[in-house]
Amino acid sequence: MNDAKHIQETSKKLATKRLMLEIKDLRKSFGENNVLNGFDLELLEGENLVIMGKSGSGKSVMIKCLVGLMEPDSGSIKIMGKNLLGLNQINLDELRTEIGFLFQGSALYDSMTVRENLEFPLRRHKHKFGDNIDTSKLVTEALKNVGLIDAIDLMPAELSGGMKRRIALARTLILKPKIILYDEPTSGLDPITSKEIIELMRNIQRQYKTSSLIITHDVDCARVVSERIILLVDGINYAEGTFDELKNSKDEKVKAFFK
Amino acid sequence: MFKSKKITLFLIEIGELTYFGRRFFKELFSKPFEFKELLRQCYYIGNKSLLLVGVTGFIIGLVITLQTRPTLEEFGAESWMPSMVSISIVREIGPVIIALTFAGRIASGIGAELGSMRVTEQIDAMEVSGTNPFKYLVVTRVLATTLMLPILVILGDTIALYGSYLIENTKGDVSFQLYFNKVFNSLEFGDIIPAIIKTYFFGFAIGLVGCFKGYNCKKGTVGVGIAANSAVVFSSLLLFVIDFIAVFITDIFFEI
Ligand SMILES: Nc1ncnc2c1ncn2[C@@H]1O[C@H](COP(=O)(O)OP(=O)(O)OP(=O)(O)O)[C@@H](O)[C@H]1O
Ligand SMILES: [Mg+2]
Repeated sequence: MNDAKHIQETSKKLATKRLMLEIKDLRKSFGENNVLNGFDLELLEGENLVIMGKSGSGKSVMIKCLVGLMEPDSGSIKIMGKNLLGLNQINLDELRTEIGFLFQGSALYDSMTVRENLEFPLRRHKHKFGDNIDTSKLVTEALKNVGLIDAIDLMPAELSGGMKRRIALARTLILKPKIILYDEPTSGLDPITSKEIIELMRNIQRQYKTSSLIITHDVDCARVVSERIILLVDGINYAEGTFDELKNSKDEKVKAFFK
Repeated sequence: MFKSKKITLFLIEIGELTYFGRRFFKELFSKPFEFKELLRQCYYIGNKSLLLVGVTGFIIGLVITLQTRPTLEEFGAESWMPSMVSISIVREIGPVIIALTFAGRIASGIGAELGSMRVTEQIDAMEVSGTNPFKYLVVTRVLATTLMLPILVILGDTIALYGSYLIENTKGDVSFQLYFNKVFNSLEFGDIIPAIIKTYFFGFAIGLVGCFKGYNCKKGTVGVGIAANSAVVFSSLLLFVIDFIAVFITDIFFEI
């Protein structure tokens, strides 16, 4: 009796979790180079999903297809129920405000100060917060979230790699996206700074209840943040499971990731 | 075999540039307009090349006058100096040399800037944050070079004529008034207008090629260097082609 009720409740909980992101049979090749060969993925609301894969396995290509920076050869991409590939420019831009993208190399605008960097996404999307919103308030709030309020008037060239990553994260957060895509958030950073960035990601997750897709080949990062992991090998989702499940896997290719 | 491959690559490049130019016009006339950024670019590009253009113009004036003077002196025709020098400067030498220095400074600058923005994914970042990078980066820069080069050429021409006057004044005792009287008596609209019109095309070509090379930059820091370098080479080459066409057309309409 009690059991049945419990099962009913959990299935209800699962059913109410929205599907934020759905990729089906994604294919992409560059000439002879078949990078993605039918990749599938589902990201649920509030979930932290980690994608792991070797360098050059197509992780960045996949994530770029998700925001319309690259066009896949075939396959379907649904973001919060909307079919990405069929959208016109205006609707695409609208949808992009719901998706934060943290680039692999931070991608801060060199010619602008930190403040201008953060204001940039607001140029076209201010209306998301109502017309008379104070931009400087949004900027300071985002900077406070990443603990770098003092850097507001610096140029990107004056920042360290870790600071750049934080500012980039603040710029991603400023539109309050529902989904955040992280492309190797810890690459090129020392272990201590990496830990700080990971901690920051978890705080953001808690505070804003975002769903996150995290690309990484940093095992520590995967262990700490992941609720579920997908391994991208040979252009398909080769294996899927929690960190412990994959770590104890017998498959050679899977094992190679956790050495 | 090797040569034909190079020629093919060159033709492909021309085709891609044309396509890029077509996209420019498409985006130019569609909303939203990045007016503030356009003004900023105009200021930046003009300001950046002001000194260079001034110095180049001044030296052109000095050199041409110094070199032409002995020949005319031989025929006892020094009094023709102002009109001869002014016509050659305004018609051809001023626009072409100033455009070439402008290309060296601005096309490479734009190529390197947009190239590094491409390589470090800043252009992608703009795209996902809702700003059309082609409008924000390319359209503004191409417009800015198109609008600024003619102004710079007029300025450079003026300084060149002043330089020429200085030589005439020291060597031949010609007064300021006499010199410029002669200049304006000999210059006609047929000399000035076509020369100015063609500088708009020069400016357009320089901006377009610089943006084209930078925007389509290949990955890696090597790519940025190549983008900057080939932007200068390609745009300089294009300048001469445009100049030839311009002179050809002027010849038909304004019979020299
Ligand atoms: N614009 C492009 N044109 C041609 N080939 C490309 C392009 N972008 C990526 N590739 C190719 O696609 C493959 C996957 O690249 P991708 O950048 O997605 O790798 P990755 O998994 O993100 O690797 P890393 O961990 O090093 O970032 C590579 O072989 C690369 O050469
Ligand atoms: Mg990558």
